[in-house]
Amino acid sequence: MNPSDPRGGAGMRLAGLVRKEFLQIVRDPSSIAIAFVMPIFLLVLFGYGVSLDADHVPVALVAESPSADTADFFASLEASHYFAPIRMNGMAEADAALRQGRVSAIVHLRENFAERLRRPDGAPIQVIVNGVDANTARLAQGYVTGAWGAWLTRWAGQRGMDLNTPVRLEQRVWFNSELRSRNYLVPGLVAIIMTLIGALLTALVMAREWERGTMEALLVTPATMSEILLGKLFAYFILGTGGMLLTVGLAVGLFEVPLRGSFWVLWVCASLFLLAALGMGLTISTLARNQFVAGQIAIIATFLPAFLLSGFIFDIDSMPPGVQVVTHAIVARYFVAIVQTLFLAGDVWSVVLPNALALVLMAALFLGITWRKSRKRLD
Amino acid sequence: MSPVLEARDLARAFTAGGRSIQALNGVSFTIQPGRVTGLIGPDGAGKTTLMRLAAGLLVPDAGSIRVLDLDATRDSLAVQAALGYMPQRFGLYEDLSVQENLDLYADLQGVPRSQRAKRYAELMHMTGLAPFTRRLAGRLSGGMKQKLGLACTLVRAPRLLLLDEPTVGVDPVSRRELWAIVDRLVRSEGMSVLLSTAYLDEAERCSAVILLHEGRVLDQGPPTAMSGRMAGRTWAVTRTGQRNRDLQAALDGQPGVVDALVQGEHVRLVTAVDADAARVLNQAGVAEATLRPLPPRFEDGFIDLLRGHGPAGSAGRNMDAAAGAGHAGDGPVIRVDGLRRRFGDFWAVDGVSFQVQRGEIFGLLGANGAGKSTTFRMLCGLLPASAGSLQVAGLDLRHAASTARGRIGYMSQKFSLYGNLSVAQNLIFFSSAYGLGRHAQQERLAWALAEFELTAQADQLSADLSLGYKQRLAMACALMHRPEILFLDEPTSGVDPLARREFWQRINALARAGVTVLVTTHFMEEAEYCDRLAIMAAGRILATGEPGTIKLLARSAENPEPSMEDAFIHLVEGEAT
Amino acid sequence: MWQRILALVRKEFLALFKDPKSRMTLIVPPMIQLLVFGYAATFDLKHIPYAIYDEDRSAVSRDLEAAFAGAPAFHQVAALSAEGEIAPLVDARRVLVVVHIGPRFAAKLLSGRTAPLQVIVDGRNSNTAMAALGYVRDMVDRFNRDWIAAHGLQGPPAALVTRAWFNPNLESRWFFIPGIVGMLTLVVTMLVTALTVAREREQGTFDQLLVTPMRPGEILLGKALPGFLIGIVQATVILLIATLWFHVPLLGSLPALYCGLALFLLSGVGAGLLISSLAVTQQQGLLGAFLFMVPAVILSGFATPIANMPEAVQFITLIDPLRYFLVILRKVFLEGAGFDVLTDQLWPMAVIGVVTLGLASWLFRHRMY
Repeated sequence: MNPSDPRGGAGMRLAGLVRKEFLQIVRDPSSIAIAFVMPIFLLVLFGYGVSLDADHVPVALVAESPSADTADFFASLEASHYFAPIRMNGMAEADAALRQGRVSAIVHLRENFAERLRRPDGAPIQVIVNGVDANTARLAQGYVTGAWGAWLTRWAGQRGMDLNTPVRLEQRVWFNSELRSRNYLVPGLVAIIMTLIGALLTALVMAREWERGTMEALLVTPATMSEILLGKLFAYFILGTGGMLLTVGLAVGLFEVPLRGSFWVLWVCASLFLLAALGMGLTISTLARNQFVAGQIAIIATFLPAFLLSGFIFDIDSMPPGVQVVTHAIVARYFVAIVQTLFLAGDVWSVVLPNALALVLMAALFLGITWRKSRKRLD
Repeated sequence: MSPVLEARDLARAFTAGGRSIQALNGVSFTIQPGRVTGLIGPDGAGKTTLMRLAAGLLVPDAGSIRVLDLDATRDSLAVQAALGYMPQRFGLYEDLSVQENLDLYADLQGVPRSQRAKRYAELMHMTGLAPFTRRLAGRLSGGMKQKLGLACTLVRAPRLLLLDEPTVGVDPVSRRELWAIVDRLVRSEGMSVLLSTAYLDEAERCSAVILLHEGRVLDQGPPTAMSGRMAGRTWAVTRTGQRNRDLQAALDGQPGVVDALVQGEHVRLVTAVDADAARVLNQAGVAEATLRPLPPRFEDGFIDLLRGHGPAGSAGRNMDAAAGAGHAGDGPVIRVDGLRRRFGDFWAVDGVSFQVQRGEIFGLLGANGAGKSTTFRMLCGLLPASAGSLQVAGLDLRHAASTARGRIGYMSQKFSLYGNLSVAQNLIFFSSAYGLGRHAQQERLAWALAEFELTAQADQLSADLSLGYKQRLAMACALMHRPEILFLDEPTSGVDPLARREFWQRINALARAGVTVLVTTHFMEEAEYCDRLAIMAAGRILATGEPGTIKLLARSAENPEPSMEDAFIHLVEGEAT
Repeated sequence: MWQRILALVRKEFLALFKDPKSRMTLIVPPMIQLLVFGYAATFDLKHIPYAIYDEDRSAVSRDLEAAFAGAPAFHQVAALSAEGEIAPLVDARRVLVVVHIGPRFAAKLLSGRTAPLQVIVDGRNSNTAMAALGYVRDMVDRFNRDWIAAHGLQGPPAALVTRAWFNPNLESRWFFIPGIVGMLTLVVTMLVTALTVAREREQGTFDQLLVTPMRPGEILLGKALPGFLIGIVQATVILLIATLWFHVPLLGSLPALYCGLALFLLSGVGAGLLISSLAVTQQQGLLGAFLFMVPAVILSGFATPIANMPEAVQFITLIDPLRYFLVILRKVFLEGAGFDVLTDQLWPMAVIGVVTLGLASWLFRHRMY
């Protein structure tokens, strides 16, 4: 057995390394748990938990002098599933309820409501919202406006009155006509969760090999650093793909998010994203060479940035330019754009291609750094 | 034949904690093919750095290293393909089985599938691992792990084998087996082996040794040359009516004494080249002691080289100040009866009983995994016992009031210190943890810095200390509150022979001052320094008694003067049959 | 006893702040994150890209166009001349809104009939879509009122008069920045506490502590106090930035806020130390910190209201200390609340804190192998 060409037998070495990674994954329940159990747990928890659709908004209804007209108006609010109305006997009570957070809004009709309704200048309907949660407040306002418009049309129609509406808004919401927030949050969650999983899976693996001393033994074999990295990447890529399929399956099956684009385009993009996410983990792991530091960087660099800066929930266009520049460094940003489009709009190449290209660049960047930084030397 | 390895003026430095450490400094040597060359040196001598340079894993700052006629630095890939290297902590994947580990390294080394079955059979036969191929590597004993590591390194028979401290933490039986494998490789496969070790007794098994100290080659040649120089200078000293460790204390540090250490029933004395042994005894005030010549050992030569003719340290001169007030009542201070401890379905400690008297140095001797540390942790109250009873100073520390814990001192295996605090901060922290007042703290701090010669390092981060200094600091921390009983868990592992000697001087001084010491160790020779010891294996005590008595158990016609290691192996094998 | 605890606290601080790297980890990222996230976290649309497809091209339609052009949030990207141009623009996300003015817009209006105005919105992000629709509706309403007034027509019999209390301009930043204060405080507490015990365990110093006369309760206090104090200081700095830099009004009682902060830190430190004492290795500690922190943030009501969650998930949020602290922060900041309305938020955190700290202290002694 003479020492053959050190570069020969790359296929055998790679196969050996991949098999080793898989055996380790199978033997270590924690990586299986991270890859399969955690995404399901997080997606189910967050898929149900994260919603911006305010249903049954608690509203206090106050009529200073109840009449048929006030009752008619309140009945229209009570009929809407957007509200959970509570009738109250005076502004003092409603005021207290708002401050204690028992209601989010007050609809207040004054004593002379019925009378002013029939006067030319009309009756005011006072709406008070708790503005602390500005988004919910705005939604509540919108709901009241909608209910008011419908009631007005009906009320005027019953009396044969002509309502002057010079311009009537005809709104068409494309891609998500019911405006279900889950339809965009769940695909986004897939991106957030897979960022976490990808980083958690790989953030510790290189550091672990260094700490346990196994890296030194691998380094003196003819295996090259690229083969060692490729072996890891391949194994965790397969594992991550499993987690990804599960989350996508749950999104479509459990949360009923329509998948309008092609599954294969999604597959390709998800693969690119996984490469970038795993690459980020490997980079952290390689640079740190120490599980403690690697883990700390992973906490700071993955979850909160992906949650807040990826466009998952907060519109990137509305951020100041400086912050928008920062978002370009967030891998999840590109994938969030792709999944939201693929799920709800379809294969829109003008969105998919540039973002996919960005993912390729990010993956190449991270894997390149990892490759550059892990030379076959110990120093 | 041309040498298999040739180093020329190698130099390599590292920076740690802002300081630059010269790991190797102008090292030159050659290694001849077809034999075992030992790379001997204490911890931090540069052995691992040298191994890594030879394997092409590090680049030297200066000089060159040629392996199998290739430049290890430039042609590192070719070199790595031709040699076998087993790092200190060999990278076994503990969650892979024995067979899977072998397969991985066979794939990585490009061993053709057709040849594997035969090679595996050879290796498994050689290492005795054949019955365990399906077992996970993590569940093997320390010795079996090392043998598996060796087998993985050997899947493709290399021409040169580099072994970095293959016997660290391995029990004596496995140690002998490992050596047998290495000898066979050299004899029947004609392999060249470079093996590093901190165990000086292993040097005598090598055909040639290179002695490294602080990054320089101190000496090289056959090991017999080194012990040969010591001929006529090594003696066994005994004196009736005096404890050996007191005799040793009297001798140590005297002019003309290179080394004095307790070896069970006698004190081993090494005299300087120009010193007369009888006169040395006279000087030490023990003129009537009997003197008997002993054959020289490699270690004698090593200590001689390191110490030169300078006087030994003055460690332990001031230890009376460390002793606790001493409580009344004689009786045993530590009493253990039928102690058992289970982890899952495995009994780590399985019925251990012994007693320790006041002022005694009691040793627990055993390989890694014998149950020493588990016993030790139960005694300190860190782990509840599954069954049996134990008392330390009349109390079970696990349930004792917190003040009772103030009577013991504890030094753990890893010299557990706060690495990011300075030496003085560590000392102050532990003294306040033991409730010392401000005034007492300052006084003890001054004492500790002086006694342990740490004054110069007082403001240095303890993580940046060398291992020997860490050990001193850990011991100082354990003594800040003048404990009556001192628990020491593997207090000398990885520490060089000189530091180990200083350490024992201090322990002896403490015992003289009335402190009870319980110490665990896997160094057979250290067992000789104890007043009494218990030998442990597989969670049980095989024998308890004075070192001399225990050694007598292994006495036979062909081995009239057995070593502690012989006794240990005798006991373990007796247990197995 | 206090001397021993103090010694431990002093040691923890020395260990945390002696090393410049760990000092940086504790101080710099929270500041940067507050600034970046403070600007990023908003539901207010500042930049709605839109296109106009005007088939009418009359003076009236140009008035409507001018209204859009004059609105600061709207940015016109294109003026379209064919129906077919709409889809590519929306698909590619180049515009969020397309305003389509039909061919007989002015004629209908002038003849007193109702003129439809078609608005197409990209609904991929339903929240953004809804907000954008709200802005468009406001503008159409204003246009209608002006038209009615200018042409002397009869207005509607009832009109909405809307007021928003506590946040009159509905600035969502006022909602999120107090939330970020809570979130970052949680992250820092976890970083300080979740690994301390596991690290000492791995280094063996924890055994060293346990054999000293210190009682588990004392060790717990010594470990909890640094996280607590760092949390207070950190939160104070972040609060200052929130009020002085982001100008979020702080109306309520500071003592109530700090009482809430103290209880929140108590529960956060408790959770961190519990994770820490459960974990055998630092790696487990980190994983545990992650598994606590991610749901704690997402289900706290930080970005999406708890009221929107299904009952079962709302039930889970009851053990999330951040949930209570966010309410306190927002109520004190914006609603000017004091102790009277906050008791419902204060006691659950105290319970969580006591339970987690108690468990952690029990585990100190009983889980060590």
